[in-house]
Amino acid sequence: MMTTQITINGSSLEVTANPARRLSDVLRDDLGLTGTKVGCDAGDCGACTVLLDDEPVNACMVPIGRLNGHTVTTIEGLDASGEVQTLQQSFLAHGAAQCGICTPAMLVSAAALLRRNTEPTEAEVQDALGGVLCRCTGYRKIVAAITAAPVPFPVIPAAPSGKAVGHRATRVDGLPKLNGRDIFGADGAPADALVASIVRSPHHRAQFELGDLEAYVDNSSGLVAVFTAVDIPGNNRFGVIPATADQPVFAESEARFRGEAVAMIVAEPGAIASLDLEAFPITWEPLNAVMSTEEALDADAPRIHLDRPHNVLTRGLVQRGDVDGSLNETNVIVEGEWSTGFIEHAYIEPEAGHAVRVTDHLEVSVSTQSPHLDRRALAEILDLEPEAIQILPTSVGGGFGSKLDLSVQPYVALAAWKLGRPVRLTYSRPESMRATTKRHPSQMKVRLAASPSGKLEAMDFEGTFNTGAYASWGPTVANRVPIHAGGPYIYPSYRARTTAVHTNGPPAGAFRGFGVPQSTIAQEGLFDELADALGMDRLEFRMVNALTEGQPTPTGQVFQTGVGFRDCLSSLRPHWERARVEAAEANANGPPFLKRGVGIAGMWYGCGNTALPNPSTVRIGLRNDGRVVLFQGAVDIGQGADTVMTQICADSLGVDMAMIVRIGPDTDTTPDAGKTSASRQTYVTGNATALAAASLRAKLLDLAGAAADAHIDPGADRLVVHDRGNKRTVDLRTLPADDFGLVAVAEATYDPPTTPLNENGQGDPYAVFGFGAHLAELCVDTELGTVRLVRITAAHDVGRAINPTLVEGQIEGGIAQGIGLALMEEYLPGRNENLHDYTIPTIGDVPEVINILIESNDPHGPYGAKGIGEHSMIPTAPAIMNGIRDAIGVTIRDLPATPDTVRAAFLRSL
Amino acid sequence: MQVGASGSDYVIPASLAEAAEMLTGGPRTILAGGTDFYPALVEKPPTLPVLDLSDISDLRGITAAADHYRVGAMTSWTDLVSADLPLSWRGLQSAASQVGSVQVQNLGTIGGNLCNASPAADGVPPLLSLDASVELVSVRGSRTMRLDQFLIGYRATALAEDELLVAVLVPRPPEGSVSSFLKLGSRSYLAISIVMVAALFAFENGRVSAARIAVGACSPVARRLPDLETALVGRSIDDDLVAMVAAHHLADLSPIDDVRGSGSYRSDAALTLVRRAVADCVRQS
Repeated sequence: MMTTQITINGSSLEVTANPARRLSDVLRDDLGLTGTKVGCDAGDCGACTVLLDDEPVNACMVPIGRLNGHTVTTIEGLDASGEVQTLQQSFLAHGAAQCGICTPAMLVSAAALLRRNTEPTEAEVQDALGGVLCRCTGYRKIVAAITAAPVPFPVIPAAPSGKAVGHRATRVDGLPKLNGRDIFGADGAPADALVASIVRSPHHRAQFELGDLEAYVDNSSGLVAVFTAVDIPGNNRFGVIPATADQPVFAESEARFRGEAVAMIVAEPGAIASLDLEAFPITWEPLNAVMSTEEALDADAPRIHLDRPHNVLTRGLVQRGDVDGSLNETNVIVEGEWSTGFIEHAYIEPEAGHAVRVTDHLEVSVSTQSPHLDRRALAEILDLEPEAIQILPTSVGGGFGSKLDLSVQPYVALAAWKLGRPVRLTYSRPESMRATTKRHPSQMKVRLAASPSGKLEAMDFEGTFNTGAYASWGPTVANRVPIHAGGPYIYPSYRARTTAVHTNGPPAGAFRGFGVPQSTIAQEGLFDELADALGMDRLEFRMVNALTEGQPTPTGQVFQTGVGFRDCLSSLRPHWERARVEAAEANANGPPFLKRGVGIAGMWYGCGNTALPNPSTVRIGLRNDGRVVLFQGAVDIGQGADTVMTQICADSLGVDMAMIVRIGPDTDTTPDAGKTSASRQTYVTGNATALAAASLRAKLLDLAGAAADAHIDPGADRLVVHDRGNKRTVDLRTLPADDFGLVAVAEATYDPPTTPLNENGQGDPYAVFGFGAHLAELCVDTELGTVRLVRITAAHDVGRAINPTLVEGQIEGGIAQGIGLALMEEYLPGRNENLHDYTIPTIGDVPEVINILIESNDPHGPYGAKGIGEHSMIPTAPAIMNGIRDAIGVTIRDLPATPDTVRAAFLRSL
Repeated sequence: MQVGASGSDYVIPASLAEAAEMLTGGPRTILAGGTDFYPALVEKPPTLPVLDLSDISDLRGITAAADHYRVGAMTSWTDLVSADLPLSWRGLQSAASQVGSVQVQNLGTIGGNLCNASPAADGVPPLLSLDASVELVSVRGSRTMRLDQFLIGYRATALAEDELLVAVLVPRPPEGSVSSFLKLGSRSYLAISIVMVAALFAFENGRVSAARIAVGACSPVARRLPDLETALVGRSIDDDLVAMVAAHHLADLSPIDDVRGSGSYRSDAALTLVRRAVADCVRQS
């Protein structure tokens, strides 16, 4: 240990610690300054940025021992001094913080910039923030917030009464994200919590034998316990879909993927850092691993799960019409094959949480997208009643689908339950990448037929999806893709078949779009080839074939309203024409090795579960102090559910947003609002919120004996109702109240009207589809194969934008992930398990975004609203790929289009 | 543990002499900026005892002597970017400004970059083009070694166990030299080089009087291209110097396939970048 005198946030502190410890760990664990986040411990993400002697540094790479006499400033210090107040307001007003995990680092970096440059240009902002990764926002609103910050930004006014829906309300949960006080998965554990660490397979497939665990515990100082499969009280199986639950908490004799858990070590908090997991007593016998779907489907391949012949998890099918008959010589036929790889979610917050046992009640605080699913799974694993377990979701530092599955939950729960002491677990970045789900790698074969006049006649789609070692959401991908594979276009004949195949890769699960981003790359890519073969303008070809109201989708579903796809396409028409002219001019006048290109792609996406029940329940009450209490169980993972539900609640109830307080999400107190997935929260939980609010309004009017159109005005301890000139006042303190102080409560459930699909995939799988189209303008350096994006124009039919700022944030964030999918991301197990070899877009990689919001006013959505979370990323990668093809004249079919891939494609085209 | 006691696990000497003395007690990990040290420890505790150089103030900064510049080993990338230096340093300054991120540039040091000896070390090609040497110190004395002799292989240097790299020595380049640095990465920031090229040119009476071109991330250690340099020196500035760059000039490179790109792509991209770096220098002439 070493004692150093450090000035931290203006106070001189004596810090005694192991001198090699990272400054970030000391700030967080010893000093409680958890506003400094840890995302990688390797200088790759920048989330731990603090000012060291006034200069931004990664606190994860600074040894505490060298700081004697130095000055450290964290977000808490900048907040307390008021230095970043304008910046914080500007971030709020611009919607520059979504999940908030990178926000402290963004603010600290921006503060350092603004100290020496009060009016930075966009390029200067990018240079200053280039070292802080954000996976949610797409960076554009961050840049806007900082370039606007020198001028005190006008605070967004509160929504006028009754007009919260459609207002650019600032996030109701925004402030803690800006001052470092938000509590994420790794932030809230009690100081004395034991620390868990997981022993994982270093092999893609291996048998193992455990050694003398008792001796290991006895010989390791500070080690409290080791747990393995034999310690699971209930079922050593979990999975988000009960019928295919197949993943063990701890492998029993064979590990099926690199990163699979085999044991857990629990140690005293001070001891874990010096524990050497290499010394854990286990012997491995590596087995032949099956890494590709071709190998897995081979008749001689080892079976990864004995009950799944040919390693096939499931198949999906949607068909109508006569596909084979349409693929004849009277039509124009094109075909192609595409492939994509594993994609890592790369949220900046690695999985984290802790559990505390209070007698026979287990409290699990965890970063999760699906608290009720977590509770059911843990009950099964621990052999407890669900009611014995309380899931307390922390703020979620990015989810994008992977935090729907269990990660740390069973480990902290098991250890806390068995040991009776609080237990915490935070995944390291490599562990997060190895152990958790990925986007499915895909191999897709597509054939399209169109009449010589340019009308689509048929699509034949065949997709093989690598679902990895365990099922996770593999069935969902296999079922959703066949419905969406054709895009929002009219097909007289259609056939889409999918197969989800097990390999010894990491489990592939849910990731923004459930397979549709992959299939859209193939479909929209082949559309350009078909349009060219037909001699048609690529946008016009899409317009001619666009799905419209009254026309059947490939599942035979017919919408009479709410299909805004043609409006999306036509809104892009002027941008398309301008961009094409600009590209032609640039290509005529610029250096020959630079080729400009323009790409367009459409999309659609059904909101909510596919042809399955998908209810959300919301409870709203009036408290006896005059506050409206919204029991809001839709986890806000940064997308803005807390704000959106508050806006909907305000207008449906007829009160100001400021009167509403939120409780939850918490499985003990908030009703089940389902999981934050499938772009369902605004639509499904939003509807439940509107229904509950309307029901409460009726009760309150009844209480006051007022007419349905009366204005209600809750105030301190009273409810005032203005009814046609009469003012009635109800003293809330005189009314009987429940445990929460509520004097009136209403609860409502909404479940989308869908129907099951028949054996040909025919039916009404979703009540609401969102539509969109992106236009990508880019420049290819043909000598190096690098792609520079110039601009993305994004048109989306969002039904109704409950909060346009949040909607734009979803779109820009989706675009950034689409850019990664197109140009740089592919997870290779064992090769790039960190955020420097696995690269995601930085602030310099997302170009200008022009947002066009189309409001088609959906008949099912609350106030006409549809989902947008996943929709936004689906057309980006196809638009970019089509733009590259436009620039260099050759289709890249195997993603990502890294510089070597683009260069090779260009050379082939010569 | 006692701070500074030579037998302890983590020592922070206040002088070079003290540091050299501490290294006589057995091998230590030398901790400079920490930007390579900590990323290597994401899932494991440090193995060797550490010697922290941060308290030796005369290891940081750039000083000019009559015939050379001396860059202290603990000089950060940010120090380099913000220093007022002649055009011949522009390549190195450009490389420094493209290292990782501002946060990394504030911590990472030139000495650490050289001792870590990554094939993709951003400081190496520009320093090779500057004909840099390194100064090594131990209790046995000090020695100076050309950088291309110091870097002996993939993550390997000629540094002895008891030695410290204390400075980089850069001879004053020919009058009027210009330089260039081009980095090819897969994204705008936080990029590890796929290929990088540094060039330094001097021109006299309308002819190339010096040409020093180095390529990084295409061999275990970044390399100069002596055949190309010979081919270019003496040429008229009015010749098409760019067109003289040919694939065979890069024949000694041995790029590998990795997650950032294939070996054949690297060769191809290196040729393009060399041509562009030559063009950039000609433009500045």
